[in-house]
Amino acid sequence: MNEDVAVKNKRLGRNLAIVAIAMFGFGYALVPLYDVLCEWKWIERDRPDAIKAIPETAYEIDKSREVNVEFMTTLNESTPMIFSAEMTQLKVHPGEYHTVNFYAENKTASPMVARAIPSFSPALTSTYFEKVECFCFSEQTFAPHEKKVMPMRFVLNPALPHEYKTITLSYTFFDNTQTAIKK
Amino acid sequence: MSAVTAEHDHDDHHHDDHAHGPEKGWLRWVVTTNHKDIGTLYLVFALAMFFVGGTMAMIIRAELFEPGMQFVDPQFFNSMTTMHALVMVFGAVMPAFVGLANWMVPMMIGAPDMALPRMNNMSFWLLVAGILLLASTLFMEGGAPAGGWTLYPPLVLQTGKALPFAIFSVHLLGISSIMGAINIVATILNMRAPAMSLMKMPMFVWTWLITGFLLIAIMPVFAGAVTMLLTDKFFHTSFFDAAGGGDPVLYQHIFWFFGHPEVYVMILPTFGVASTIIPVFARKPLFGYSSMVYATAAIAFLAFIVWAHHMFTVGMPISGELYFMYATMLIAIPTGVKVFNWTATMWKGAMTFETPMLFSISFVVLFTLGGFTGLMMSIAPADFQYHDSYFIVAHFHYTLVPASIFMLMAGGYYWLPKWTGHMYNEKIGQLHFWLSAISVNILFFPQHFLGLAGMPRRIPDYAIQFSDWNMISSIGGFIFGASQLLFLYIVVDTIKGGTGEKVTDEVWEDAHKHGLEWTLPSPVPYHTFSTPPTVIPCDHD
Amino acid sequence: MKKIKQLFAGAMLTTFGLPIAQADYALNLMEGVTKVSNDIYDLHMLILWICVFIGIAVFGTIFYSIYHHRKSKGHEAAHFHEHTTVEIIWTIIPTIILVAMAIPATKTMLELDDVQESEMSIKVTGKQWYWDYQYLDSGVHFESHLDEISEKSHRGHTIDPHTVPNYLLSVDRPLVIPINKKIRFVFTSADVIHSWWVPDLGWKKDANPGFINEAWTSVPTPGVYRGQCTELCGRDHGFMPIVVIAMNQGDYDNWVKTTLEKQNAKPDLSDQSHEQLMANGSSVYLKNCVACHQIDGKGVVGNYPALRGSAKVTGGVDPLIGFLQAGTSKMPSFAKLKDNELAAVITYIRNSPDIGNKVGDEIQPKAITPVYDDDE
Ligand code: HEM
Ligand SMILES: [Cu+2]
Ligand SMILES: [Cu+2]
Repeated sequence: MNEDVAVKNKRLGRNLAIVAIAMFGFGYALVPLYDVLCEWKWIERDRPDAIKAIPETAYEIDKSREVNVEFMTTLNESTPMIFSAEMTQLKVHPGEYHTVNFYAENKTASPMVARAIPSFSPALTSTYFEKVECFCFSEQTFAPHEKKVMPMRFVLNPALPHEYKTITLSYTFFDNTQTAIKK
Repeated sequence: MSAVTAEHDHDDHHHDDHAHGPEKGWLRWVVTTNHKDIGTLYLVFALAMFFVGGTMAMIIRAELFEPGMQFVDPQFFNSMTTMHALVMVFGAVMPAFVGLANWMVPMMIGAPDMALPRMNNMSFWLLVAGILLLASTLFMEGGAPAGGWTLYPPLVLQTGKALPFAIFSVHLLGISSIMGAINIVATILNMRAPAMSLMKMPMFVWTWLITGFLLIAIMPVFAGAVTMLLTDKFFHTSFFDAAGGGDPVLYQHIFWFFGHPEVYVMILPTFGVASTIIPVFARKPLFGYSSMVYATAAIAFLAFIVWAHHMFTVGMPISGELYFMYATMLIAIPTGVKVFNWTATMWKGAMTFETPMLFSISFVVLFTLGGFTGLMMSIAPADFQYHDSYFIVAHFHYTLVPASIFMLMAGGYYWLPKWTGHMYNEKIGQLHFWLSAISVNILFFPQHFLGLAGMPRRIPDYAIQFSDWNMISSIGGFIFGASQLLFLYIVVDTIKGGTGEKVTDEVWEDAHKHGLEWTLPSPVPYHTFSTPPTVIPCDHD
Repeated sequence: MKKIKQLFAGAMLTTFGLPIAQADYALNLMEGVTKVSNDIYDLHMLILWICVFIGIAVFGTIFYSIYHHRKSKGHEAAHFHEHTTVEIIWTIIPTIILVAMAIPATKTMLELDDVQESEMSIKVTGKQWYWDYQYLDSGVHFESHLDEISEKSHRGHTIDPHTVPNYLLSVDRPLVIPINKKIRFVFTSADVIHSWWVPDLGWKKDANPGFINEAWTSVPTPGVYRGQCTELCGRDHGFMPIVVIAMNQGDYDNWVKTTLEKQNAKPDLSDQSHEQLMANGSSVYLKNCVACHQIDGKGVVGNYPALRGSAKVTGGVDPLIGFLQAGTSKMPSFAKLKDNELAAVITYIRNSPDIGNKVGDEIQPKAITPVYDDDE
């Protein structure tokens, strides 16, 4: 092999290796990129950590239509808890504030750390579902056998497109006690 | 056919380790940096893994022979489907093509060796290490990974002790194939004989150049995805864990960003081998060389923007569904161009039907069937039925077995005489072809029916109405599996002397018009093209 | 002998492609019962025929040249190697075909996606390895497991699957829906990803943990429609079928009423005979425990411990109750079991010859007190 070629080969090899390393980084870059795409509502639904409390604004109440809001509760991995919503369905006018209570109970004799993860369907409605107060904003700690009533206050932004007539809000409780202990 | 002359003044610039023959004894195979030795190592290893993965497939088909659980536990069944796929993809098909590239690329472009010979050796041994590590998970507490080759979380995080080992093995396999790809790309870009311009390169070299770039772009992404799995499991990150604000579906996006191009990594070199063999036995130049090059590049480009067609049912907004449907449908266009071009190459040729050609023709036909089902699945609403059923199992096996595997075998038959200097036994070769081509259809065609009738994939047991086609498929599977022993026999026999017939340098009639490798002596000497060739056979301008 | 016969039948079929013997040989996609499933079927047939025609053209050309353009017939090779017009034509024609296919496909896709204006919602939760259905309007809520006889057949190796009605495709409690109503399904999962597929309805949808997905159906004809989980979800992925029964509104209303009555009735906590406890315990075991601890109580080495001979099982009753109610990081909590179910299954695992334990006692429902205790 010619000396020049050997040098050229090494250089090209090195450059390609740099590309490979950059692509490894790109794999990680897909994570925030995914959030961006989700925000554009192009690929996916909202990510839970993107949901924050929104200050109460005085919307004009749209009496002309009613939206059926459904509430669902799920326990991940049969977490030893009781978790339910005060009601499964509620008819609301966009612009009107409502508070819905959720009940949770730790059924074990030890403390528990759990996190409720919200999810919307149709996913595109999540931006119009504005929460003023929610137990899902942070991790919840339960004393042994503790029962909690957890209010969730929300409004549907009147900008909600008219085609949406039913919206489901689902909460899944994940038992994070083990992770919390390890941390 | 044109001849190009270039000056040659490199005669006395031989590299040291090119001055003598191979090392004596077994150590030769460990330390070798010779592209032919390493090519042989890759090919032998790939063939061995083909039989290992094949044995797993036989276990799967035996369990599915009739309804009821017969031989294995459901968990072990899941491990088998997972390991079968991983071993076949990363242990058999990909290494086999790297092996072919090692052997053929330097000889086809008139280079003395690969660009980075020492890295070449290392990438092979990393491959062996990766596969051994993967295989060792079979004996670990909790069993080998059983969440499918796609390693979807959260399921894959339920793997027992094997999880970190499986992930490290993916890292090793990834590094190995990235190194292999870098080497091949560097060889093609830097080491061509001066007279070998890009648009004179044989199609096999072109397809590998594009595949090399694909690999460099996607293997690191896969490595990243499995690293995230690792940190999710052991270091409290939550990329894919909803409990911590992550999303399991994100993994699927990252995986298929790798996974879809990955299937093209396995098919583009296959296209290259077909484009090499068909013209020789049709005694006609390849039809539409430049459109072949452009179609290959187009397929590679599209490969990056269609990934979520594997995820139509995952719950995407309508805009995503439609976009990925349209983009996927587009792939059919360049793929169609390739098939039409091969057909036109055969048209009005003077065909003969030696074993490599038989395999190539059946490749064109059966790959097209796989392409048809691919097109059907690209229709998102229809995929709501097809997805994760046996229909898709049939689809990808048609694109992998009678396509990739058949063309690897065709390549074996085609080049073995050049490599060894001996002719293989044509009778047994043809027997191998007919048995394989018939049984592969008995094996996979009924799986279309099963999927359409509602049988999900990756299940160890099934409802009674699926019995008959499963039994037929299993019978086809056993025949196919057994037939491959013929290939093993032929390879060993040919290396040992074959028919005893002395082959000429060009082996196949007028082959020298089609590729540089046929201008070399048979068997090829240990070192070739220490001086770049000056006459480039080129049948397409 | 049976095997040989079947093998022979299979071989015959293979050779002659003749439809013989018992089962019906479904070859094509099922049309299904809903409008959407019919539309999908039409799409499927459209693409299939397009592929068949292209196939005939391409393969016909290949076989024509194999036959006529062969050297042995003395055919001389032509030398052409490109033809711009032809190449342009065979790029354009497929493009037109694709556009023609994309139009109906888009229509059907939009139809599939349109979940609004639904009349009722059902929440479907995938769990390892059964489905959980909750009717949001009426509050009906139950689990749907593989039926006992399929369960015994595939695990016990004693019952021939051919004798089991709808082997692996029947459940203990099917999903019941009224006909001609637009029903919206909301999917989620409590552990790994599952996917809910009933081919007759025309679609499948993934159930992802922590997220919800939706889909809809409206079934015009009463009937029983069967399906399966289609996303690999672990060991018993093959054993979590779906059965949907569509009935007239009147029948459905009755069903809701009786189901709710049963659901809201207090469990019968009166004492039971040993045999009753054992029989009930066996059903509870088959639904909830068998996937991991196996039908013979031997567990799976390295994954799930054996109940056979386990000190925890045969030892004190109270710790055992607490353990089952609380669960551990590796085993789910069974707090969902009613006292009578818990009593029965505890009696069963302590005394069943199938499990291989013989304590010689019976635990009555009254003996169950809520003790919930963490194992760790
Ligand atoms: C015309 C070209 C092709 C099209 C339009 C196409 C389309 C598709 C689609 C839509 C799927 C997803 C199906 C589902 O999961 O529901 C799929 C799966 C798959 N395809 Fe293709 N395909 C094509 C060619 C190929 C080729 C050339 C290969 C490989 C060499 C291939 C290998 C696979 C594999 C391995 C899977 C399944 C992966 C898995 O889920 O495990 N396909 N294809
Ligand atoms: Cu793909
Ligand atoms: Cu499943």
